[in-house]
Formats: sequence, structure tokens, C-alpha cells
Amino acid sequence: MKMTRYREGEPGDFVFTAADQARARVLVARYPEGRQASAVLALLDLAQRQSGGWLPREAIEYVANFLEMAPIRVHEVASFYSMFNLKPVGRHLIQVCRTTPCWLRGAAELTDSCCEKLGVGLGETSEDGEFTLIEVECLGACANAPMVQIGDDYYEDLTPERLRQILDDLKAGKEVPGGSRIGRQSSMAEGGMTTLKDLPAPAPADPSGAPAGAPAGAPAAPGEGA
Amino acid sequence: MLQDKDRVFTNLYGQDDWRLAGALRRGVWDGTKGMIELGRDEIIERIKDSELRGRGGAGFPAGLKWSFMPKESDGRPRYLIVNADESEPGSCKDREILRNDPHRLLEGCVVAGLAMGATVCYIYIRGEFYREAERVQQAIDEAHDAGLIGKNACKSGWDCDIYVHRGAGAYICGEETALLESLEGKKGQPRLKPPFPAAVGLYGCPSTVNNVETIAVAPEILRRGAAWWTGLGRPRNTGTKIFSISGHVEQPCNVEEEMGIPLKELIETHAGGVRGGWDNLLAVIPGGSSVPLLPKSICDTVLMDFDSLQAVKSGLGTAAVIVMDKSTDVVAAIANLSHFYMHESCGQCTPCREGTGWMWRVMIRMVEGRAGIDEIDTLLDVTRQVEGHTICALGDAAAWPIQGLIRHFRPELERRILEYKTSGRVAVPAAAE
Amino acid sequence: MPKLTIDGKEIEVPGGVTVLQACELAGIEIPHFCYHERLSVAGNCRMCLVEMERAPKPIASCAMPAGEGMVIRTDTPAVKKARQGVMEFLLINHPLDCPICDQGGECDLQDQAMAYGVGHSRYEENKRAVKEKYMGPLIKTIMTRCIHCTRCVRFATEIAGVEELGLVGRGEHAEITALEKAIDSELSGNLIDVCPVGALTSKPYAFAARPWELVKTYSVDALDAVGSNIRVDTRGREVMRVLPRLHEDINEEWISDKTRYACDGLARQRLDRPYLRENGKLRPASWEEAFRAIAARLDGLDGGKIAALAGDLCDAESILALKDLMAGLGAANLDCRQDGAKLEAGARAGYLFNTTIAGIERADAVLLVGTNPRREAALVNARLRKRFLMGGFRVGLIGQPCDLSYPVDYLGAGPETLKDIAEGKGAFAEVLKGAERPMIVLGMAALARPDGAAILHLTCKLVEDFGLVSDGWNGFNVLHTAAARVAGLDLGFVPGAGGRDLAGILDGVHHGDIEVVYLLGADEIDMAGLGPNADEGAFVIYQGHHGDVGAHRADVILPGAAYTEKNGTYVNTEGRVQLGRLAAFPPGEAREDWTILRALSEVVGERLPYDNLGQLRQRLIEVNPVFAAIDQVEAAPRGGFGAFGAAGTLDPAPFAVAVENFYMTDPISRASETMAKCTEAFVLGQSGEATGTGG
Repeated sequence: MKMTRYREGEPGDFVFTAADQARARVLVARYPEGRQASAVLALLDLAQRQSGGWLPREAIEYVANFLEMAPIRVHEVASFYSMFNLKPVGRHLIQVCRTTPCWLRGAAELTDSCCEKLGVGLGETSEDGEFTLIEVECLGACANAPMVQIGDDYYEDLTPERLRQILDDLKAGKEVPGGSRIGRQSSMAEGGMTTLKDLPAPAPADPSGAPAGAPAGAPAAPGEGA
Repeated sequence: MLQDKDRVFTNLYGQDDWRLAGALRRGVWDGTKGMIELGRDEIIERIKDSELRGRGGAGFPAGLKWSFMPKESDGRPRYLIVNADESEPGSCKDREILRNDPHRLLEGCVVAGLAMGATVCYIYIRGEFYREAERVQQAIDEAHDAGLIGKNACKSGWDCDIYVHRGAGAYICGEETALLESLEGKKGQPRLKPPFPAAVGLYGCPSTVNNVETIAVAPEILRRGAAWWTGLGRPRNTGTKIFSISGHVEQPCNVEEEMGIPLKELIETHAGGVRGGWDNLLAVIPGGSSVPLLPKSICDTVLMDFDSLQAVKSGLGTAAVIVMDKSTDVVAAIANLSHFYMHESCGQCTPCREGTGWMWRVMIRMVEGRAGIDEIDTLLDVTRQVEGHTICALGDAAAWPIQGLIRHFRPELERRILEYKTSGRVAVPAAAE
Repeated sequence: MPKLTIDGKEIEVPGGVTVLQACELAGIEIPHFCYHERLSVAGNCRMCLVEMERAPKPIASCAMPAGEGMVIRTDTPAVKKARQGVMEFLLINHPLDCPICDQGGECDLQDQAMAYGVGHSRYEENKRAVKEKYMGPLIKTIMTRCIHCTRCVRFATEIAGVEELGLVGRGEHAEITALEKAIDSELSGNLIDVCPVGALTSKPYAFAARPWELVKTYSVDALDAVGSNIRVDTRGREVMRVLPRLHEDINEEWISDKTRYACDGLARQRLDRPYLRENGKLRPASWEEAFRAIAARLDGLDGGKIAALAGDLCDAESILALKDLMAGLGAANLDCRQDGAKLEAGARAGYLFNTTIAGIERADAVLLVGTNPRREAALVNARLRKRFLMGGFRVGLIGQPCDLSYPVDYLGAGPETLKDIAEGKGAFAEVLKGAERPMIVLGMAALARPDGAAILHLTCKLVEDFGLVSDGWNGFNVLHTAAARVAGLDLGFVPGAGGRDLAGILDGVHHGDIEVVYLLGADEIDMAGLGPNADEGAFVIYQGHHGDVGAHRADVILPGAAYTEKNGTYVNTEGRVQLGRLAAFPPGEAREDWTILRALSEVVGERLPYDNLGQLRQRLIEVNPVFAAIDQVEAAPRGGFGAFGAAGTLDPAPFAVAVENFYMTDPISRASETMAKCTEAFVLGQSGEATGTGG
């Protein structure tokens, strides 16, 4: 019997839904026995989603208890990573990438136009509770700058007008798929591919064969949606 | 220019099916079993022969790194960790591999895992890449169902379990030991080295952390032979590389090119050229935010590889080319990066925690010119007090952009200071401490 | 034994040391803040950078293992510049408020800034300000001064075993916090010592004194039976603070919060003059009056009607003087076991912590019986935790469930469980059998009960059967809670031939067979047992330093000296003889205790044969030669295990709790305001949360 208890280990008001508990168990199972702390980022993310986009203290301590971690260790983690919000946020969290590659292509104008449109300053939530606006550091979509992240999606190749349209659509309750706003695929050059136009004819793969020049005999490809 | 037949990432833009069916059609997973059967030593030897250098920034020889894993098993499990925490400003190449060619990465995990005796692999994907993580997870599920990974991967008798681990927003977790800390469920604070991860890594077990691109090209090298890879690029700077081109170009993009391609050719061939023409170029940061910028005069001729860029006191880094035209406020552009490093400093060690904030605060005054001429040298001295004195390389990365700015744009800094002084605005003296 | 070259000098160092330690062995000082030899290496302050040949960058010497053939330089311009740089960074956001900082004068940052800094700052931006944090009644925070070395976090997590402190946030916004809760550890005061700056300071001592005003006296603690080595800092007659003093075999460099913070109790409720009870009321009296009253009561009284009890804080000298005086009076009714522990004087091995505190580190399993070492002997518990952290250590517990800061196998609540194990039943019996160096620790809760002798007997049988004692290893341990207890047993302050023990004495009082009871600092017995007053009970002489329960019941009060006010000998639970030293004189007319007994002996006509401390100490050695060996632990003769205690029936009742409230165990800590606040915060569970006025 392990006698060590943590003072704050008792779960407070927060508790995972049954579905999230099942998800949490799957996530914990990715790590070796006794290394369940590895799942702390994933579980805090679950907890944040369940709590409406931010992490109340109860949720942090619930996760600590779930993973048998000292609450202070989970507080450290929650305060270290920028994706955890320790204060309530609006329904849509707008994260404008502010770092140089986006800045060179007008990130500051995106921020300004958002502030103006929503009537908020950075870090603030619009009066209707729909939008919280923050600036974040490089989101890693530099060839599609400037861009913002809203929720889980990246919206790329933006201008203030294009961003305003996205906000209007979101406010109207529409589904707004992420991606480039100028219709290009991924980070392909706007004018079209400069490469990969002259690929040799595909040679179907044989995973169980020899490395080079192995005769075909690929296993049946599994169906889509696996 | 690299020929299409020599390109590894044939679905870089997702123009083809990213799923297993598409991957198989493109030759991914071809002969994987045979590669596994080459055995550990042979794989490492071939990767060494290829002179493949790590694609995450430091450019450490990959085969050598793999060979650091203990030869004999002492019973501890071993781990391969794929660093997909792509967060270096300017760099956005791994994202394309993750979402458009995930099977190439998974195949690399199996092969590299064998080469280091790791049967478990974690792919640490930055938290913001939510959709990309979804893709990779789907690819893992597909590969698992097809018997390509998991128990008896590719019917080779080798086991390889691959898991996605999402980060949560911290640039520093791209540093390999911070990544390990984060993977263990802690703050992403870099560890002291030694011990190195190959001896004491994840959960105290032998581990190797490699960039997405490094792992993803490895199977292709084995498939086509080291000679093919060394036939591309220049000695010690072999093969192909995905370049991310951002900033003031007509058509920003990612593109896979040959190592050693001239910077000018890269920009003009694939990114539609500098906005307003080559002569409108002010400067380029050639390898992501951490490397010093280069003024146009150097950009005219420099080649894009590790050694060429090092020779001009910059670096290839992640091959993220940030282009700035003559309209750029170059001081503000670098000040912006100083803010980045201040924000991303983990706060663990003194020079970085205190120095990044100091440097940023001076830099924003430099943008206005609200400083003394002698403060340029003070700033330079502060960068040198940070550089080389920190636990990890973030301190260096924070120092170098400023050093590059002062090296190449000191007259611009001086001009602003003098202009500010003569503009009639009076510098507010700092409060007495 | 790697050989390396440091600043041109070749030196061979033990394997496993770091470059920093190697430099220190070479006599070269390496400045550092985060490095602490008893904590894990953090390597974060970067003050200890040195140059290493073939390394492209300076290395953190605290984190680099010394290797064969290394060439280290600590005296180059680059090293000097690196230190100046780190120093400058540490200072840019550090408030230069040394004149109002309690750390001033004993601050690592201050000292090293003088030695390695440049004397001016080039930083012209605004400084960072950090909100104060609440950490409970003992620790004051001024977090703006924090240099983020994380020593406190590591101490709490590693040594104290309470994961309540952390570094939250990141970058320049990183802050140390306990999440606005009081740090619930009996070792929390050490956080102040490990903090190299004035971020964590002593709340009770805030703004009380400057280090250079204080007179420092090396002494030993008497508030538990560990015998922690302490430094008593006094200004005039006032004890301003108590700090730990290094003793590797006892307390290392830590002390418990009671040891450190109960000292304000030394200034409160003191008995500073003799008192006499007249018409039911105590009135001040002169020494002569008091002595005469005692002499009058003893006059002609048969020795069989006189009894004496020695308390928990007594020095060996006064115990022996009292014993000798009682012998002169023909009284054999003596007892030093206020709690009624069934321990016999005689073979030392039967009542000592034979394994020794440092010896715990060699053990590989321990069975705790009727003890909560965390409350009863915090530093013994710290050593058990240290052993646990080394790995391969199983801890079994029989008694009240408790959190000891390391995992335990909870086996049961009472003697039956012990009996099962002694009979080889259960998994833990296998653990003990399989262990190479197993220990058993008997606490007072197991011994201070009617069947204590039977439990002792059973334990000794277990010790024999399981081979807990062998050549070079003695795994039988008694964990005492009273600083005076071992000396009392060593001096035979137990019933003489035909004498009564504590229970017998109280029974004697009840039946009128005992008429005079001499309480030497004995406050822990049930005073009701002495009867309501001298007419309906015993005539009670109380000699001691605090107006606690003993003084309340007394008919004559003789004001003595507290442990900081006398040169006294103490024997800790290991049997280690140590000297406490006078740091401040006792207040008013109070006197060192043995001198009181010596003076009284003349008045009652039984003059004690020693006129000074030296002679008395000679007498100590005469009575028991162990007193000749200061600060040594001789392996107690085995004396045949199984001989201790007595076979008897076991009472199935669970073991009780020996120490309910760690913070209040004796007259001094009960008089301490600080201990009262701790009791409120940690025992009664009040005001653990920040109130906003907690500072």
C-alpha cells in the first residue's frame, strides 16, 4: 500500500466525461507502465476542451490525480506550455502568428484589423464572448504567411479582408474549413508547382520484398478511412 | 536543378493521395522488409556512407548519431523519437511531410528503429499541428492494419510500435533533451549533457532524437543506395533538402532541391523571385530565425548548404529562407525575433532567462534609435555573454540574429540613433536603479 | 581515480566527483548558486563555468563528471568574463535592496557579486517585480529577489519529500510558488538556508537582527532525541535564532522546524525566580526560602516516601546530581521514563538506535513498529527517505497509518501483526528474511504501554530469529523521543532496589506512601496523579525553566536553565554523547540545573561531592564510561538478544500515536508562538490558505 498522498489530490468540481475517460485511458496506454505522466499534455488538452477552452484549477488537479502526479508538477506544465489557457477564453480563440515571416507579410495588419473588428485589445475577449484575440509566436506555416490559428485550424495566406470574412462566417455559425485563402494546395507556389511535374511512372511498392528493383507484388492497399 | 526523379518527397504538396494506397503507388514501403534484413550495422554503414546530415538544424551526421546507441542490449528498452516539433521561425517543411507523406516517415521509423534497436517510436508533433497529428495517426492506423508496423513489421520479424505524442506550445521542445523532458510529462527544460540521450534518454533509456525529414529520407537512401545520395549536392553536404521560402518573395513555397543550390537560383526558380526583383533584395535569413542574416552582397553568390553558409558566418539551419526586400525595417525584423526568443526561453538558466529579455528591450529601442551609439557595442557584448554560456542552444540562437544584424547593418543602427537624437525627441532617461 | 589538470596542477580525485568538486579538492574556489552538494545537479545558474580543453564552449563544472586526462582552466580571461556576465544577468532583475534584506551579510549573491562582479550595471531597462507568495507561517518570501536556482524546489522534492514547490511559467516570467499554500513539511525551515539569496527568509526572524550583531554558539538540540547539531545565535541574553550545524552522522546540514523555530518559546513563560506555594497560591520566594521549605518537608522523612522523576529535556549532569541526591536521601523511587516506556537500564543495546542514523544508509529493509519517525525524529525520517531514494529499500509499518514522505508497506495496527511477522507469516517477513541488512525500529508507542515489555521481548526474538544482528550489523533500534532519555537510562535513573517506577510512584502518592515528588523538568506526566495539592497528595518540587504543567502543580519551584542556557551533556537515541553549550545566561535568578541540586544538597544535609562541572563530569564517567567518549558511537555490546523485555500477553489494541503534534512536544515548544501558528496551520488545518495578511 502506497502511503504517499498529495494534499490537493482530491478531485474538485471537474471530472472527465465517460468518453474522455475512455480517451484518456487510450492515451495513457501509449506509454510504458508507470510512465503515465507522459500523457499529461494530452490529458490537459482533453480537460481544456471539456472546460470550454481553458483550464480551471480543478481541471489541472483532476488531471494530476488521474495521473498520480503531484499537483504542483501539473501546474508547472500547464503554465509552461502556451497552448494551455489559464483564464477563460471566447468560443473561438484567434491566434495571430506574429513572428518575422508572418510579420514581413502583414501579420501586424491582421492583428490591428481584428482588434478593430472585435473591439478588443490583445488578450481580450469580445463582448459577445465569441472571440478571444491573442498573438502567438511562429506557428510553422511560414510559406503560407500571414496566417492565424482559430481553434484547431490554420487559416493561411490572409489579408485583413479575408480574415474578417472568416470571423463573420464563424460568428454566423458556419463551418469554416482551414487552409489557404488563395486556393493553393499546401505550400505549393501560388503559380503552380515548379517541380514534380516530370515524375517517373509509379512503381508499386512491395513492403516484403528486397530493397531495390524488387518485382511488384504489393499487398492489396487497405481501404480508405482506415 | 534537381531532377524530379531524384526527389524523395513526391507528394510534398498533397497533390496526390497521402494515404497508404497513394504512398504505395509512389514507392513508399517498397522493399522495407529487405532493408530491415540488412541488419543494424549495415544500415548504419550505408547511412554513414551517404553522408546524410541531420535536417533539424545542427547538421550532425545521422549515421554517426545512430551508431552512438549502445551496441549491446542491457535489457533497457530503447526509443526512437521523431522530432516533429517544427517551430523554428521560417521553417514549415516537416508539416508537409506529416500531412502529405506520412507513410514515408513511418517507413523511416521502422528502418531507423531497427538501426538503433528501438522497437518503440514516438513522433513528437508540435501541439498546434492538430490536423497534421490527426493525419499521422490515421497513417499509423493504416500501416498497423496492413502489418507494416507493429508486431512483425512488414513480416520481417522486427517489431516497431509507433505513437503520436502531441506537444502543447513550446519552441524549446524542439531541443532534443527538452523534448525528452516534455515527452516524460514535464516542463520542456533542456537537460544537461552529458549524459547524452543515446546513453540516458527517454525514461533513462537509450534514445535517439531525429528530425522528421532525416528519418523520412533514410529509407529512400537505402533503396537507391548511398552513392545516389552522395551524387547529389556537394561532399559533406549531400542529397536533397526541403527548403522553406518565406517573406518578401513573389511566391512563397516549400520545395525540395539539391543541397548546395545557389540561394539566388533557389529563390528565382521556385519562389518567383524577390518581390520587386533581385535588386530589391535587402537581406536573407538563410536557415531559420536562429542563424545570422546575410546582406544581398553575400546572397548573390552563396550556396545553400551547411559548409557554404558556415563559411559566411551563417548557417543552413533548417533551410528556412526568410527573404527581406528593401522595404523591410530590418531592425524591427530582428527585434521581432528577439521577442520570439524571449517568449520561448524556458527560463531555466540565467543567461538566457535574463539575457533574452534584456536584448529584446534594447532592440526595441534600437528600432526607434532611442539609444546611445555605445549601446550597440553593449548589446553586442550582451549577446556574447549569452552565447555559449547556456544549457542549450537557444541562447546562441537568440544571440546570433542580433550579431548578424550588427555585423551587416551597424551603419543602419547608428543612423537611427543619430536621427533620433537630432529629431528633437528626447530619450527618456532610464529610471535610476 | 581520474587524474586531471586544473590550472596547470595535476590532481587525482575520487571517481564520481564533478569538475567543480575536483576544483575544490585542488583548493580552487568555484563560484556557484544552484549547485548544492546534497541536492540533484541543476546546472542552471551558470556561475560555475570553467574552460575545458577541447570543449568549444565553457562547461558548467557542477554538472561535468571529472574525467581522466581532463585539462581544466578556471583562471582565464574567458572564465572571468563568463562569471562577470552571469553575475550581471543575475543582478539586472535583482532588487539592490540589500540594506533592508534579511539575507544581507550572509548572502551568496552579495558575496559573489563582490568577488566576481564588475561593480556597475549597464542595464537601463525597468526591473522585474514579482508578487510575493504565501508559504505558511515560517517562510517569508520576497520573490523579486529570486534568482531561479531551484534549490528550494529540489530540497522540497528530494530531501523533504513534499512536492509542493515548483517553478511555474517560463522564461523571465518563471516564478517559484507553493500555490499559495503553507509548505507542509517538518523540514521547511531548511528552505531558507538553501536559498542563496533573500527570496526565502525566516518569517519569525524578519527584521530581527543582522548577522554581525549575533554571538554564535555551537550546541546541540534537545527538543527531540536526535541530537541535531545546531548553532545558537544570541544577542545579549536573547536567542535570536537557531541554525543547523553540519554533522554528517546525525542531521547532515538540516534541522527540523521545531529545532529551528521553537526558540521564541525560550523567552516566554519562563520561571525566573523561585516560588513557594502558600495557602494554595504560588508566591515569589528567595532561593533560601525555597530550599528551607524543601529541607523542612524532607526532614526526617523516610527515603521510601521520596520520589524523583527526570523530564525529557534534562542534561545528564542534572540527572546524575538528582540521582546522587536521592541516593543520599535513601530514595530509590526514580524514573526517567515519563511515558512509561518499558525500557530497562542496563545493556545499552536494548535501548539504543543501534544501527545509527548514518547506518540507515546501509540498510536494505526496515520494519517500523509503533512509530512515526517523521513526527518523532524528523531527521531520522529524512535519513530513511534518503535511503529510500537510493533505491532497493523496503519499509514496513505497523502502527497508525501515516505519510512518511516515502512509500511504505502498511502491515497492520498492533502487536498481533508484529507477532505474525515474528512467526514468519506474511510477505514482509520474507522481505526481512531476504534482506542483507534489515532493521527494526521500535517506537515509544510500542513500548509505552502495559504490554511494552512483552512487545520488546517479542521484538528481540524476531531480531534473533531473522538475524537482524550479526557481525558488523545491528538492526535493532529503539527510537526515542526525549533528549534526556538515553542519558537517564545510561545513568540508571530508574527504580533502585525496592524502588518504584512512575506507575508505582503515582500509585504510592494515591495511597499516601509517597509524600515528596521531585520533578526535574518533568512536565509530561499526568499531574492529577500527584494529587490536587500537598495536603491531599504529594509535596511537589518542580525544578525547571518553564511555567508548564509541572510548575502549575508544584509546591516549590526552583528555576532552572533551558538547554541553550547551560553547559550540559546529552545522549541521543544512537547513544552518542554530545555537549550542549551555554549560549545565553538563564533569566533572572534561574541557575544551571546541576548547581541548583548541588546547593540544595547542602541545605538538606546531603552534600554532593562535586564543586564544579569538571568534577561532575568525572562522576558521569565513573557511573558510566560512555560519557568519556564525546560524539562517538560505540557499538553497544550485544549482550544476548532475547534478554530484553519479558514474555507476556500481548494486548491486541492498536499502537497509539506517540507524538500527536510535532510542533508542541515540550515546555519550550508549547510556549512558542511560532509553534502555535504552525499548530494552527498544519495540525488544526486552519489558515493553511493565504489570507492576504499572512505576511
